[in-house]
Amino acid sequence: MSQHVVSPKIYVVILLALLLGTYLTVSAALRDFGPWNIVIALAIATTKATLVVLYFMHARYSPKRTQLVIVCAVFWLVLLLGLTLSDYAMRSPARSQLVFPACSESTQA
Amino acid sequence: MHRTGELYGQFETLEQQKDSATLGMWIFLVTEVLFFGGLFLTYSINRHLYFTAFGVGGNMLDLRLGATNTVVLIASSFTMAMSVWAAQTSRKKLLPIFLLLTLILGFVFLGIKYVEYKQKFDHHLVPGHSFDLTYRINHPGPGDDAKELAAEREEIAGALRTEAPGGPQEALTALNAHAQLYFSLYFGMTGLHALHMVVGAGLLVWVLRESLKGRFSAAYNTPIEIVGLYWHFVDIVWIYLFALLYLINRHAV
Amino acid sequence: MSEEFTLPNHKTPHEHYLNATYGIRSWLLTTDHKRIALLYLASVTFFFFVGGIFATMIRIHLLTPSGTLVTPENYNKLFTMHGVAMIFFFLIPSIPAVLGNFLIPLMIGAKDLAFPKVNLLSWYIYLIGGCFVLYSFGTGGLDTGWTFYTPLSSIYSNSAVTPAVIGIFINGFSSILTGLNFIVTIHTMRAPGMTWFRLPLFVWAHYATSIVMILGTPVVAITLLLAGLERMFHLGFFNPALGGDPILFQHLFWFYSHPAVYIMILPSMGVVSEIIPTLARKPIFGYSFIAGSSIAIAVIGFLVWAHHMFVTGQSTYAALTFSFLSYLVAIPSAVKVFNWTATLYKGSISWDTPMIYALGFIGLFLIGGLTGLFLACLGLDIHVHDTYFVVAHFHYIMVGGAVMGYLGGLHFWWPKITGKLYPESLSRLAAIILFIGFNLTFFPQFILGYLGMPRRYHSYPPEFQVLNVLSTAGASILALGYLLPMVYFVWSMRYGPAASTNPWPATGLEWKTASPPPTENFEVTPVVDWEPYDYRNRPDLGLVAGGRLAPTHGDD
Repeated sequence: MSQHVVSPKIYVVILLALLLGTYLTVSAALRDFGPWNIVIALAIATTKATLVVLYFMHARYSPKRTQLVIVCAVFWLVLLLGLTLSDYAMRSPARSQLVFPACSESTQA
Repeated sequence: MHRTGELYGQFETLEQQKDSATLGMWIFLVTEVLFFGGLFLTYSINRHLYFTAFGVGGNMLDLRLGATNTVVLIASSFTMAMSVWAAQTSRKKLLPIFLLLTLILGFVFLGIKYVEYKQKFDHHLVPGHSFDLTYRINHPGPGDDAKELAAEREEIAGALRTEAPGGPQEALTALNAHAQLYFSLYFGMTGLHALHMVVGAGLLVWVLRESLKGRFSAAYNTPIEIVGLYWHFVDIVWIYLFALLYLINRHAV
Repeated sequence: MSEEFTLPNHKTPHEHYLNATYGIRSWLLTTDHKRIALLYLASVTFFFFVGGIFATMIRIHLLTPSGTLVTPENYNKLFTMHGVAMIFFFLIPSIPAVLGNFLIPLMIGAKDLAFPKVNLLSWYIYLIGGCFVLYSFGTGGLDTGWTFYTPLSSIYSNSAVTPAVIGIFINGFSSILTGLNFIVTIHTMRAPGMTWFRLPLFVWAHYATSIVMILGTPVVAITLLLAGLERMFHLGFFNPALGGDPILFQHLFWFYSHPAVYIMILPSMGVVSEIIPTLARKPIFGYSFIAGSSIAIAVIGFLVWAHHMFVTGQSTYAALTFSFLSYLVAIPSAVKVFNWTATLYKGSISWDTPMIYALGFIGLFLIGGLTGLFLACLGLDIHVHDTYFVVAHFHYIMVGGAVMGYLGGLHFWWPKITGKLYPESLSRLAAIILFIGFNLTFFPQFILGYLGMPRRYHSYPPEFQVLNVLSTAGASILALGYLLPMVYFVWSMRYGPAASTNPWPATGLEWKTASPPPTENFEVTPVVDWEPYDYRNRPDLGLVAGGRLAPTHGDD
């Protein structure tokens, strides 16, 4: 497989973008955006990670197979986090009693 | 023992060998994503449940050192990518320089981490019997900034008010327990990450030595590429760790 | 080529992988995938014995309602150690590490796996993990259940949890490296002409298994690491008293452990997909559906884990979602069963031992799989969760399915692996003994569970005794069914007649090279230009559509 040589110019651009992202995420964290703080932080982190994967790790120039591997990793991570967190999100004492009414006596013990 | 660059017996061509090595490293990185993923899941759930305590804990991390470390690792990813470029373009003199820079930046990261860990140890923030969130404000050291301490004192007081109902003693116990969860995750996640960095440093030493022997060129540079993939992955993990551990509730102080 | 089928005077080839080099170092430092497969064979058989001894003690203890063999605390250790040894050190590695390692390079026309040294490393990692677990067994045992639920495992248990957890953690890397090796090998090392849809279904099955190994094992690794750290340093992730959540442990644990059951069954299904067309002399029905269903099982298998947690207080929505997805995952398995059946239909079935195991697999897996649907049904699960119904369900799949597939595969490829033939009549008898013993052991457990006997209990109400005695009686017959192959396999290595290159005959690439194969597998790298399972179009093997079909393998 012929290797794709990425020009150092691109690497410098990505480096600057990553440094900018770091500066932005720290400034945003020092300001109060309420519940959006975490969203902004994760969005910037994900952008930085994407740039590293695409350009530093050459994913942009890699065969489809490699790209599929990356997509699978992300997909399974989202599965792990998403499905588990959704269980937590949907729990509440009241709901537990709806599903298992027979248990409600024992929970009062 | 094969010298780097030779065709191993099970392969038919060098291209098949390189193809296999690269795919192998990517798949290994997939396992690492899921490995850290379990920790990130644990972190997410606990942060959601104990946001106040996590905020207090997060603000006890040194933002300047954390941000510096982020910059250091990003720079090291850049020098690592440049190493790959140097190898791919047969720049045999430049290659070891970039690899060495990457290694040095890695050591800087680990050094700063050591300083941070030592701070935590001194401030009784290592989970265990001597864990005490209020240690620093109750026993200010000579280097402690008065404004910082006052802000911390106020933050802890506020956290105690929102923690558990019941008396101040119960609230302090609860806050300490929940903050210990934060610090267990802090040490667990950054510790695991640091362990991966040490492995990465070892790999860098290996390819540095080989590069000094002039082993890598446009014709053969697979080890540089796969060490690079590993190194960039470790950088990505830190990008998320920094965002999640250091930037929880900074605007409050 | 009719002399293939007359009384043979086959000679073992002059030089092959077993005699190419001598000495213990040539085995312990080998990078030949075939030798590594045999190293694994020895070690998984050892752990099968370890798990089997605990099973024997369980069944003897349960002969009487109050159980007099061991104390209640030690009973907890018996079922725990049985589970840990069998699942992590026998079932998960068995087919992939023994048959997969041996056959995959041969089946795709390669000289070895992509990373032979990593292959050897995976065996040593397995051994090291095994040593930690054996140390745990020997210094107080383990009483938490193989599921290590917290806070029992992380705080309250007084047994040797920490070394066991370290051992399983280490063993996980063996699994990961095997899966990694297989995926890369199947992608990059196929011989010219061996396209994806010419691959044997055994290879597809292992590819799917490897996907599960890669994506699932790291999660249980970090989970056990967290539980171990909690135990060692009194941390609070899973401890309610410190703000932790035991349910989090269950989520993390089952995210791997449910897909792990697919690691245990998919390779077996691959074996069955090889045996059936060969010994029914018919091309496999629905090749691409069987291949696709392997991938589908691997993927959907990751979406169902919380069906192990229906009684933990999940919301209605979560429970419904996981129940629905659990029904969904049965569909690709059913597709396979339909296709195997369709392959058998109007085939020329010979009752060789591998076929007996394959047919046994289909029937027993069917029962095990259907009872899985019972368990996926929310209303029914409340009633039978944590009873012997569950125990019977998973033993039907793991033993009636996976182990029978493993044995069937060992019998099918034994001539290739050793160049020897085992005694045919004795092997058929052993297969039937095993089948009878298995059903007698585990069918009563369905009834026991439905009647309400809880699992993991050291004693039971006296009215359950008859069924328990039947189960133990069955276990003794089952044990005989397992011991017989061990005896005659060893016998055959010394005294068995030499096998030909292709005794069945079968159409895979592995059957084109000598029995046993040379170290480099093929003298010349094969070039593939035929479709797999072309059993109706191989005059060179005596197999043509409409023609007289070949008799059973040519040793008698």
